[in-house]
Amino acid sequence: MSRRNFLKAGAVAMGLALMAGTALAQDAIKIGLILPMTGPFTSTGKQIAAAAQLYMAQKGTTIAGKKVELIIKDDTGVADVTRRIAQELIVNDKVTAIAGFGLTPLALATAPLATQAKTPMVVMSAATGIITERSPFIVRTSQVVPQIAGPFGEWVAKQGMKRVVTVVTDYGPGHDVEKWFSDVFKANGGQVENLRVPLANPDFSPFLQKVADSKPDALLVFVPSGVGSQFMKQFVERGLDKSGIKLIGTGDVTDDDILNTIGDVALGVVTAHHYSAAHDSPENKAFVEAFKKANNGLRPNFMAVGGYDGMHALYEGLKKTNGAGGEALVEAMKGLSWMSPRGPMSIDKNTRDIIQNVYIRKVEKVGGELFNIEFATIPNVKDPSKAK
Amino acid sequence: MQGTPTEIATRHLAETSRWKPMEFVFWLVAFGAIWLLPSHHLILNEIIITALFAMSLDLILGYAGIASLGHAAFFGFGAYFAGIFAIRVIGDPLTGLVLATLASGALGFITSFLVLRGVDLARLMVTLGVALVLGEIANKMTWLTGGADGLQGVVMGPVLGLFEFDLYGRTAYVYSLVITFLLFLMARRIVVSPFGLSLRTIRDNPLRARAIGIPVNRRLIAVYTLAAAYAGAAGALLAQTTQFVSLDVIALHRSADVLLMLVIGGTGYLYGGFAGAIVFKVLQDVISNWTPQYWTFWIGLILVILVLIGRERMNHRAAVLWARLRGKPEPRPRTIVGGH
Repeated sequence: MSRRNFLKAGAVAMGLALMAGTALAQDAIKIGLILPMTGPFTSTGKQIAAAAQLYMAQKGTTIAGKKVELIIKDDTGVADVTRRIAQELIVNDKVTAIAGFGLTPLALATAPLATQAKTPMVVMSAATGIITERSPFIVRTSQVVPQIAGPFGEWVAKQGMKRVVTVVTDYGPGHDVEKWFSDVFKANGGQVENLRVPLANPDFSPFLQKVADSKPDALLVFVPSGVGSQFMKQFVERGLDKSGIKLIGTGDVTDDDILNTIGDVALGVVTAHHYSAAHDSPENKAFVEAFKKANNGLRPNFMAVGGYDGMHALYEGLKKTNGAGGEALVEAMKGLSWMSPRGPMSIDKNTRDIIQNVYIRKVEKVGGELFNIEFATIPNVKDPSKAK
Repeated sequence: MQGTPTEIATRHLAETSRWKPMEFVFWLVAFGAIWLLPSHHLILNEIIITALFAMSLDLILGYAGIASLGHAAFFGFGAYFAGIFAIRVIGDPLTGLVLATLASGALGFITSFLVLRGVDLARLMVTLGVALVLGEIANKMTWLTGGADGLQGVVMGPVLGLFEFDLYGRTAYVYSLVITFLLFLMARRIVVSPFGLSLRTIRDNPLRARAIGIPVNRRLIAVYTLAAAYAGAAGALLAQTTQFVSLDVIALHRSADVLLMLVIGGTGYLYGGFAGAIVFKVLQDVISNWTPQYWTFWIGLILVILVLIGRERMNHRAAVLWARLRGKPEPRPRTIVGGH
């Protein structure tokens, strides 16, 4: 084949491929999954996408006689791109529901669209309290920050700790952790000092130095999933692990996805969270095993379980509505309750937010690998910022 | 060529200011897309805004030789200004756009004095620094900008009181396109004026420009202010058509992406930004649909190949490919507007 013919053939092939993309089956239930698949939050996207695909592989792709189709899109973690992709999925692909949303701004940018287009929106990761209040079409299957931080504040106070310094990332969920932990901890007689680190390119050393100087009973940390390992390493490099200051936090710091790469420095860290890959239940054992098998031994983390349960909520809702979307689907998802790999969970009838157990865990070595081992449970926690 | 230097210069400007056939084709296609590509208005809107932003960088990079790594400062400032203006004052898009453009221009004027302080590397650092400082201010002033959560609750009124922003992005695209076209006409007029010629002189040899009596600093301040205003207009269009502003608008990757687009499209002829924005965004959209996880690899590969093949301008490359496909001899490179 001459070079010219080769180029021509290439152009034709490209054209055909583009056309094939538009000629999709009409009678399908399409679910648009918008995730950060590249950029600093890749691990979030990867975990959720893998879990959603696993769910579909396990539960089949037919609901009410219609084929379910998952369209995965990369928003690179940039809010205006998320919004544009959501808009395209709604108007061009006519999706029944949109799902995903790795970070709070991404979910908030899209919320008005969900309302305008009456498209159910399942938030599988973003965790700031206000998200579900921004549109009546939002259902959440991940976690709400106050739900974890509030009860944790009470638990820490009960362990007899008096003085805690908090270090949180300076954005929505970080502020939520700081506020809810501090308020509850203070109400239970504790003293708190608050520090904030920037979201972009965090360098923790000056903050850790401040902590070392003030010598509290414990240091509470909240950073986005993925940044935890940097934090732990700097914590040990500064020798804070030997200074008697306990490291506590929400489970994001000891994220299952990165826990093994953090290494032994993480041993003994106490965290509160809604999911651990080591959660002791038959549902979770099956989930972890299937997930690892499908993803080259990758361990599922709390993002994955958010995606898995998000698909479950959509599937159960769609079964009830016979494949219809819109308000009916949101109504159908309200009040659902089931046994998730994380434990029992349900969708609040009134707030469309998640109700779940919060577990207190400690990092331990099991069979040569690090795990968050749960040792206390606070059952059926609602989002305290809405449960008034 | 005969005549006095003035006559030569005048003739040169008149020649370069004439509209080339390709330019008519380009704008016809851009406006034709309103009817021809109804399902792609959203991405087209993003492309045209990015193109306007890239064009604003071309004004200082391609015409005045100022390399900037912080051009997103003005883009972001315009976006926040337009967003906050819509929330706090009124939601009329045109009023917001004009004010955001003027405000960004004012910011450009103020910071231009910093930029004049050094040459290439120092300028890169200064522009980068300005963008970082503004980004951090936007991050900290949560009460005004929404901080890292982004600015929410932007509600835009209809354009001219007639056209509501719709879910399909039609109004958004038409609005952005018309504004971009008008701004382009103005920029085109400016770069083929004696003022534009003096800028190119400064770019090619600042010392000599000064020696023949061109007020170098004043010219640079003027073009920097103009470019800042253009970038601000692009940012305002983005804020108004997406009705949301987040810290990304001011982030380093915006400045870097837009520089990349100019590298792809070529500098110094105004269309470089358009070509680069189209190639970059379309590639990103198409490839990330095929492989949402690994599209950056392919983009990177394509960029490396582009640079290896040569830095001639996109249009020339396309012409060569076209000629080759039709089996005709390769055309010689030609400049469109005001190149050397």
